[in-house]
Amino acid sequence: MNFVLLVLSAVLTNNFITVKTYGICPFLGVSKNTKSAVGMGVAVTIVMALATLVTYPIYKFIMTPLNITFLWIIFFIFVIAALVQMLEAIIRKVSPSLYNTMGVYLPLITTNCAVLGVTQLFNGVTELGAIVNGVTEGVWLNLGWAVLYSLFAGVGFTLVMIIMSGMREKLNCCKVSKSLEGFPISMIAAAFICMAFMVFAQIKV
Amino acid sequence: MNKYKKITLDGIIFSNPTFMLVLGTCPTLAMISKGAISAAGMGLCVLVVLTLSNIIISALRKVIPNQVRIPCYIVIIATLVTLVQMVLEKFLPDLYDSLGTFLALIVVNCIVLGRAEAFANKHTVLESATDGIANGLGFTLALTLMGIVCEFFGSGALFGFKIMDFKIKMFSSPAGAFIIYGLSIALFTYIIDVTQRARRVKVNRFTRKNLLNERNSADGTEVKA
Repeated sequence: MNFVLLVLSAVLTNNFITVKTYGICPFLGVSKNTKSAVGMGVAVTIVMALATLVTYPIYKFIMTPLNITFLWIIFFIFVIAALVQMLEAIIRKVSPSLYNTMGVYLPLITTNCAVLGVTQLFNGVTELGAIVNGVTEGVWLNLGWAVLYSLFAGVGFTLVMIIMSGMREKLNCCKVSKSLEGFPISMIAAAFICMAFMVFAQIKV
Repeated sequence: MNKYKKITLDGIIFSNPTFMLVLGTCPTLAMISKGAISAAGMGLCVLVVLTLSNIIISALRKVIPNQVRIPCYIVIIATLVTLVQMVLEKFLPDLYDSLGTFLALIVVNCIVLGRAEAFANKHTVLESATDGIANGLGFTLALTLMGIVCEFFGSGALFGFKIMDFKIKMFSSPAGAFIIYGLSIALFTYIIDVTQRARRVKVNRFTRKNLLNERNSADGTEVKA
């Protein structure tokens, strides 16, 4: 039951794009066609899960005992940057075809709010991690839930990216007035996706 | 002096980070749906961080090696954001609470890194400071204006004071923020377009008159206005 709740919460009711407005830059920038939207979404999902996996122990076992939690921004941004670089190198070596479809989006992820946002969720930096931290006691179990939550938050991110890219592909065929072309009309389209997701916020379990 | 005027106008109007370049969208959307005060506070925080980071980066532009410049910029920006966060937490706890997670996310705000990469590492300290203030002001003005509109429709209030007794809940959520942001960009580009066209027509008329004058003075006659 906890698992179902967590999935629903991460994908629908607390969706990263439509409810928390994290990661709007790739949402507007890389959603011109479905293929690139899927590539970006998958890349963000992987980096989000890995970033939580790495930053959680760092926060718990290094920064908290040393009382340097106020330096978390500097620590986390470096961990994320290093992680992205490493992932890029590994993917390039292991599977060049995957690198061709996904690799171009990897460097962009370092400056994606979604990744830094998800790492601060679970590290006591904000109160928003209550869903996960309330579920279980014990550090390693907590870590498992946190990584699962980040993974499904990434799935929610990908879902909205795919919906948006579909809408934009349709929008290409429409004639809109000159000043509304480009960003403005895509933002108004995004508003309708947000409205659809607002309904999920009413779910009570 | 003309140079500084151009930098300022570019930052506030012609390459406004919010309306023309569409940078830093995450805090924009989150803050305008929260109301004018949060939006203005966010804008001012970015203004401070952007100005200081521009000054520091342009002062260090000959010291920082080109290959590792991005990590260096990120360290500088992250340090500044941490400082701003601590100051706000101590002196303005209400604003700190309403900005929430987005205060920390200034680190990954494209405006700050973008100005560092595009401007501060090529220009002098004074120019970079002007650029930082201009871009920060452009961002703050844009956020405050949209925040006022969102707050008015969302709760009938202006800067927290209730003036009308109506409420459209959608405008205090990301959906309303998206609509207001989209329409604002459209309006802004439309106004810029119209004024630019008017100016171009004026310039054309002026040059045509000059040409006529030159041609006619060669013939020995003058054209009046």
